[in-house]
Amino acid sequence: MMTPLRSETLPLREEADILLVRQLVREHAAELGFGALDLTKLLTAASELGRNTLIHGQGGTVVLETLVKNGRRGLRLTFEDKGPGIADLKQAMTSGFSSKGGLGLGLGGSKRLVDEFEVVSGVGEGTRVTVTRWT
Amino acid sequence: MQRIPILRMGKLLLVTIQVDMHDRLATVLKDDLANRIFETRARGLLIDISALDMVDSFIARMLGDIAQMARVMDAETVLVGMQPAVAITLVEIGVRMTGVSTALNVEKGMSLLRTRLDKERADDDAPAQ
Repeated sequence: MMTPLRSETLPLREEADILLVRQLVREHAAELGFGALDLTKLLTAASELGRNTLIHGQGGTVVLETLVKNGRRGLRLTFEDKGPGIADLKQAMTSGFSSKGGLGLGLGGSKRLVDEFEVVSGVGEGTRVTVTRWT
Repeated sequence: MQRIPILRMGKLLLVTIQVDMHDRLATVLKDDLANRIFETRARGLLIDISALDMVDSFIARMLGDIAQMARVMDAETVLVGMQPAVAITLVEIGVRMTGVSTALNVEKGMSLLRTRLDKERADDDAPAQ
């Protein structure tokens, strides 16, 4: 079991909370020594996934964790909501699919921006998306 | 409510986004620009995003919508100053910013818009065949 060096939990209830998440990602990423491209990718993934939690999950939380594994440092973000859940994960991951009139790039797009990606979701049970990017 | 300032320079409108964008702010900017283009009869719109370290799919869509909206109001939009990391990330998540002209920086964007306006004026002044 990997113990995070630093862990913070933030609520995701309104749009302004996404700005706070992005600000924290900037701080953590700077501490970890992430470069400009790593930072932009993480910020974009955080923004897309935070919006999903807010709009599709009807709000929830995000946990930011700073990790070290085999000498590499990483930042892990876990978005969790108790919303309706995703009925068809395969379809939700497809680029261009959107149930709410967006561009439909959120879930599938975020996956391409990180090193590790995991979604756990059940209808009526909410959704948990975990993403990690290593230096 | 927070708003992004819109500057007028002759027939051009200039917007420099200096704050971390959120969805509502982007939507308000689109509405404000529609009104300003109408009021000022602006022919060109320059949007500087050099201060943004991230443009997600929603903001990208809003920028595309602004350009499309300006087009139907007979104004040309040029997006300038996109950071390399932002460009790489947008392409990676599959955002296609079709219909938006881009330039490297404000200076180049401005000269692109001016050239187009000058060309239009020359066409207008040309004697009828």
